[in-house]
Amino acid sequence: MSQHATTYVPKSAFAKWFESRLPIAGLVHSSFVAFPVPRNLTYFWTFGAILIFMLGEQIVSGVWLAMHYIPQATMAFDSVESIMRDVNYGWLLRYLHANGASMFFIAVYIHIFRGLYYGSYKAPREILWLLGVIIFLLMMATAFMGYVLPWGQMSFWGATVITNLFSAIPLVGDTVVSLLWGGYSVGNPTLNRFFALHYLLPFMIAGVVVLHVWALHVVGQNNPTGVPIKSAQDSMPFTPYATIKDVFATIVFVMFFAWWVFFVPNYLGHADNYVPANPAVTPAHIVPEWYFLPFYAILRAIPDKLGGVVAMVGAIVMLALVPWLDTSRIRSSNYRPMYRQFFWVFCIVCVLLGWLGAKPPEGGYVIASRVCTAWYFIHFLVILPVIGLFETPKPLPSSIIETVLGRKGGSGIPIGATAEPSTKG
Amino acid sequence: MMIATGAAGAVGVASLVWPFVSSMAPDAVTIAAGAPVDVDLGPIAEGAIVKVFWRGKLIFVRNRTKKEIEDAETVNLASLPDPQPDSARVKQGKANWLIVYGNCTHLGCVPLGHEGPYEGWFCPCHGSIYDTSGRVRGGPAPANLPVPPYTFVSDAKIRIGEETKTPAAKTEAT
Ligand code: HEM
Ligand code: FES
Repeated sequence: MSQHATTYVPKSAFAKWFESRLPIAGLVHSSFVAFPVPRNLTYFWTFGAILIFMLGEQIVSGVWLAMHYIPQATMAFDSVESIMRDVNYGWLLRYLHANGASMFFIAVYIHIFRGLYYGSYKAPREILWLLGVIIFLLMMATAFMGYVLPWGQMSFWGATVITNLFSAIPLVGDTVVSLLWGGYSVGNPTLNRFFALHYLLPFMIAGVVVLHVWALHVVGQNNPTGVPIKSAQDSMPFTPYATIKDVFATIVFVMFFAWWVFFVPNYLGHADNYVPANPAVTPAHIVPEWYFLPFYAILRAIPDKLGGVVAMVGAIVMLALVPWLDTSRIRSSNYRPMYRQFFWVFCIVCVLLGWLGAKPPEGGYVIASRVCTAWYFIHFLVILPVIGLFETPKPLPSSIIETVLGRKGGSGIPIGATAEPSTKG
Repeated sequence: MMIATGAAGAVGVASLVWPFVSSMAPDAVTIAAGAPVDVDLGPIAEGAIVKVFWRGKLIFVRNRTKKEIEDAETVNLASLPDPQPDSARVKQGKANWLIVYGNCTHLGCVPLGHEGPYEGWFCPCHGSIYDTSGRVRGGPAPANLPVPPYTFVSDAKIRIGEETKTPAAKTEAT
């Protein structure tokens, strides 16, 4: 926002008085009204707004759940059942919250892969990208701890398996794990502190989101061509164009969300979590929530405890390193014919890993997981750096407006679904 | 002045980190709940595995059959990922009683008894295999199921959480 001096002019006497004391209206005006957005953005650029909406939705439904939930090992499961049966619309609060977490992850994965396809992590957007990776990590921690709260069998054993990952750390591992547990196994102290952190972390996410948006407004949005805004013609003001588009996309997304909540509210969960936690019996088939499955598959692919944990953490570290691993100067994969193929192979590998993560760790599944895990790392560590050196990119358009006019025949109609066909990222 | 202020601030922060971290450790009640527990072995039939809890941790008490003991004793130690003779995992003269922690040394699931190729335990989570001595034989688990401290208070009763006092037994249990 710093380089676009605000064009906001306070009109009323009160607005003038207020603005000279706290220039917040000017800040909002320059960030969300006059802010120039590339005119060729597709609907893939609406997921940021959808994510902010989902964070708000999770916080509101979560705070309302917390009014009825009891973070105590002997009562937690029953309190959740009571939310489902006794509290007015408690079932709605809970299904919104549980499915909301899944929708949040669907949106964030689309958002991340959009960034990977269009090279949105490249200079000058490295900090913006890193802040995104931090948000992703905080989201994973939050969702994991939230899933522990209903204190069913999956909650308990998920908590056991994930906290035990830390026991792989040489020397201090066991101490770290006992500090996480507050005991000698997952128990009431663990539940209590997870609730405290589950309440806290979403607000930390909100804080990082502010930094993320700030960084975005300093460097500007990327767009399907990857070519920066060069003249006023290349951009449109945020309001009304991006505002209405973001709201429209969010409403469509909420309809999709509502379908899950009202028609298949338990499809994304596990039946075992309706069985109260029992520390003497592990469910025959323990798997994490779908959004963790690719990482879980990587963990299981390595037949060594420490190695598996390192690979799983490494898989996320790769994301953080992308800005420095990619050697190509071209942002958008639309102009990178070779990389584009590999991008889609990578997407398929990630989906496969997700599927394998839900399969039992035996026979062909293990071998397939190993192949996919290897490819996951090869993609980042070999393909990304090497291909940028060899690939001959397609000629870039000289400006955003050229691509828009070229295709639309000069009407100058703003952003819209018309850009979709060429950009399935 | 700046250095002194900075130093005082740093010392203050550092000395507060310790209580904050330490408060997350098991509290006094949790530790007190770690008093030894007695397990009556009488009702445990040959071949059966009984689950008990000590300090919130699951423990298997297994009354091993002749064949299970034999399988555990006749193993080429060099072939084990975590070599340990069976005799070091039971008390002298009580080879039928195997007492081990009941959480997989990989990530803590409860392995299923009498399952897997060695009919010791099999962990359903990520496929670790244990033999009839609770030693790891395959899969991602790095170590054998550990033996908790315990002692025989009589022939038909053990006390978990208390180590046998006799020096001979002590070296055995390690
Ligand atoms: C980043 C945002 C959040 C995410 C991704 C998230 C995720 C989750 C998940 C996956 C569950 C388990 C749902 C189930 O299977 O029952 C859960 C439960 C819960 N969450 Fe959140 N949560 C978020 C924010 C919040 C906030 C801000 C609060 C405020 C206190 C909260 C309070 C609760 C409570 C009380 C439960 C237990 C009740 C239940 O299981 O339905 N959550 N959360
Ligand atoms: S917890 Fe037993 S194999 Fe992973």
